[in-house]
Amino acid sequence: MKLYNRGMVIAGIVVFLIVATFPLWYGRGKAVPPPDLKLDTPAIQGLKEKLCVETAPYMRANHMKLLTVWRDDVVRKGKRTYTAMDGRVHQISLTGTCLGCHSNKKQFCDRCHDYSGAKPACWSCHIIPEEVR
Amino acid sequence: MLEKALKGSRGYGIWVAFLLLLVAIGFFFYLKQLDYGLGITGMSRDVSWGLYIAQFTFLVGIAASAVMLVLPYYLHDFKAFGKITILGEFLAVSAVTMCVTFVFVDLGRPDRAVNLILYPSPRSVLFWDVIVLNGYLLLNIITGWTVLESDKKGIPPPAWVKPLIYLSIPWAISIHTVTAFIYSGLPGRGFWLTAIMAPRFLASAFASGPALLILFCLILRRFGRFDAGEKAIQTLAKIVTYALATSIFFVLVEIFTAFYSQVPGHMQHLKYLFAGLEGHNTISHWMTVSALTALAALALLIIPRTRQKEPLLALACCGVFLSLWIEKGLGLVVTGFVPSPLERIADYTPTGPEIAITTGVWAMGLLLITIFYKIFVSVRNDE
Amino acid sequence: MAPTRREFLKIAGFSAVGLVIPVLPSRSLAQTGTPAAGGLSSPAAPGPLQALTAKRWAMTVEPKKCRPGCTDCITACHLEHNVPDFGNPKDDVHWIGLEKVAHVFPAEAHPRLSESITLLPVPVLCNHCENPPCVRVCPTQATFKRPDGIVMMDYHRCIGCRFCMAACPYGSRSMNYRDPRPFIRKINPAFPTRTKGVVEKCNFCEERLARGILPACVIACKDKALAFGDLEDPRSDVRLILDKGLSLRRRPELGTGPQVYYIL
Repeated sequence: MKLYNRGMVIAGIVVFLIVATFPLWYGRGKAVPPPDLKLDTPAIQGLKEKLCVETAPYMRANHMKLLTVWRDDVVRKGKRTYTAMDGRVHQISLTGTCLGCHSNKKQFCDRCHDYSGAKPACWSCHIIPEEVR
Repeated sequence: MLEKALKGSRGYGIWVAFLLLLVAIGFFFYLKQLDYGLGITGMSRDVSWGLYIAQFTFLVGIAASAVMLVLPYYLHDFKAFGKITILGEFLAVSAVTMCVTFVFVDLGRPDRAVNLILYPSPRSVLFWDVIVLNGYLLLNIITGWTVLESDKKGIPPPAWVKPLIYLSIPWAISIHTVTAFIYSGLPGRGFWLTAIMAPRFLASAFASGPALLILFCLILRRFGRFDAGEKAIQTLAKIVTYALATSIFFVLVEIFTAFYSQVPGHMQHLKYLFAGLEGHNTISHWMTVSALTALAALALLIIPRTRQKEPLLALACCGVFLSLWIEKGLGLVVTGFVPSPLERIADYTPTGPEIAITTGVWAMGLLLITIFYKIFVSVRNDE
Repeated sequence: MAPTRREFLKIAGFSAVGLVIPVLPSRSLAQTGTPAAGGLSSPAAPGPLQALTAKRWAMTVEPKKCRPGCTDCITACHLEHNVPDFGNPKDDVHWIGLEKVAHVFPAEAHPRLSESITLLPVPVLCNHCENPPCVRVCPTQATFKRPDGIVMMDYHRCIGCRFCMAACPYGSRSMNYRDPRPFIRKINPAFPTRTKGVVEKCNFCEERLARGILPACVIACKDKALAFGDLEDPRSDVRLILDKGLSLRRRPELGTGPQVYYIL
């Protein structure tokens, strides 16, 4: 089999491979430590049992999905309470319920989102109470 | 076949570079629009659709160029169109691409455009318009490209394209109808609330699409070493004549209904469109030009001696294009909003960035046409 | 017309609730904010107040009661919902406006209409139509009608195509042509703002109804020109007012079934 324009084709493949693998070798050896999330807000300190609406591992993995369900429940179904797996009932409110405890958005939400490169659009509309005050 | 678009004369290169420059300028201003919001345009609370949606409306009409060739050739075996059906199809492809782009640049949150697919809403006419436009785009790309490829190889087109070509005929009617329904199904806008809107769209489409195609055929003969043939061009000219006459007739029918019935809600929009209301008469000046051009073009087209003279025919086609561009691409959309439901007469003037973005989208469409036609001519001339 | 004693008491009662309630939300926040105190872990905490519910929410407007020059309803609404003030008609966003009778009811206007009518400021807002054209045309169901009749906007889903603005026969909808945040005078943290590129409109204060509070405009109106209630409930404020005489709806011939009734 004859390969036409051999030089160009091989050069192209090499350039592609370099560009495509850039993030892998560029970040080599530069391990960024995982962020240290602060949970000591007055509201959390006052909790008898330090428990979010669901368990911490569940929240860590699924808070974004839960928030989407909450969003649709409130806006589209007019449903404003959430019954957790353990039967407790919570008011559905991002700024009220979530930020009520996690009032330190910068140390809690942002650190992890920055670390993982997530850019949630929540705050372009929803208001961070501490920033208004 | 795409490689044929890469080499061409010096003039071709300059033309392509010029179009690319316009696209780049448009893109630059689109980035500004993304940053600032649609407030960068002249649109307002009262006139909430402007140049973008108007261009979309007009260009849906241009896409009719394909069906007016495909129908006579494939259903009536009108041989003279055999050479140029692909030109019509490629023009339709470019026009529909522009349509979709104009709808996209008009979105306030283009980042959420996928919501159209994620939450399909069959009750919304816009949902159906997205379907018929993209369907028409696909049909014309597939049929145009396949037929051209067979041409290149010197074999008859494969049998499976025939059903697609037949399907594209009623599908073409649907794009004009559904686009008209966007307007004619709204209860509060007296100017648009008319059953004749879809027929009007069809009539003006069958005039503007083929008129542009005639112009392109004349340009290709001059610069592209491709002759569409006297018979094909003259038949197209007759189609334009009938369609333009019908289009004018439909507008006159609208005017009669409004002004003989004397219902204020129907009259005031037309008054605004043709004479202006309370001193707001920018649009009415444009419409005067549109009306006069349409009548002049109709005269040139009806009289056989002038229609058969190529320079005069070209002039008439330019007139048809200009007149219908003003009517659909300026007047129809804005006038629906004036006066507003609360009887305000808001002026709408497109801003510089808005015009730059509009020009950019047009340049993108012209670039597509140029590339398609370049490939077409190269294949036909066996280069 | 002087209000009947019964109606007066009712209105007075509501006003009293209205006076007390603005204090409550902050307390309710505090409750949910410190769940250790028991709020969060109690099995059924339905919030501080029972939500107001209805089969069909409706509003009555009596412009004759309006004080000249008063804009309290607009101010209250726009503060409550973080409605921006761009200060120019092109970018303008509003949920309530005041218009002339001749523009709100063109079919009723004639040259000999008394000045006591023509000069009235008429509050106009979303009519929360029975058969809303905006909902019909929306290509993403970002605007939809709830079972209780409120026509809602899902600002998370709106793509900003503005088909709803063309469809609304009342001019009740506004587009955020620019980023609204810098143009909000005083941000109410309890209600989200919007982003540039989405359409917004009156929501009949559904977020307040859920907390058991009447709409902001109704509470703010010191002249009781606005009333709000369940159209299906014969004893509701709106029904009592409608029973008194002729009421008008905007452009009823279009079949949209507006649920804002005007008494003129």
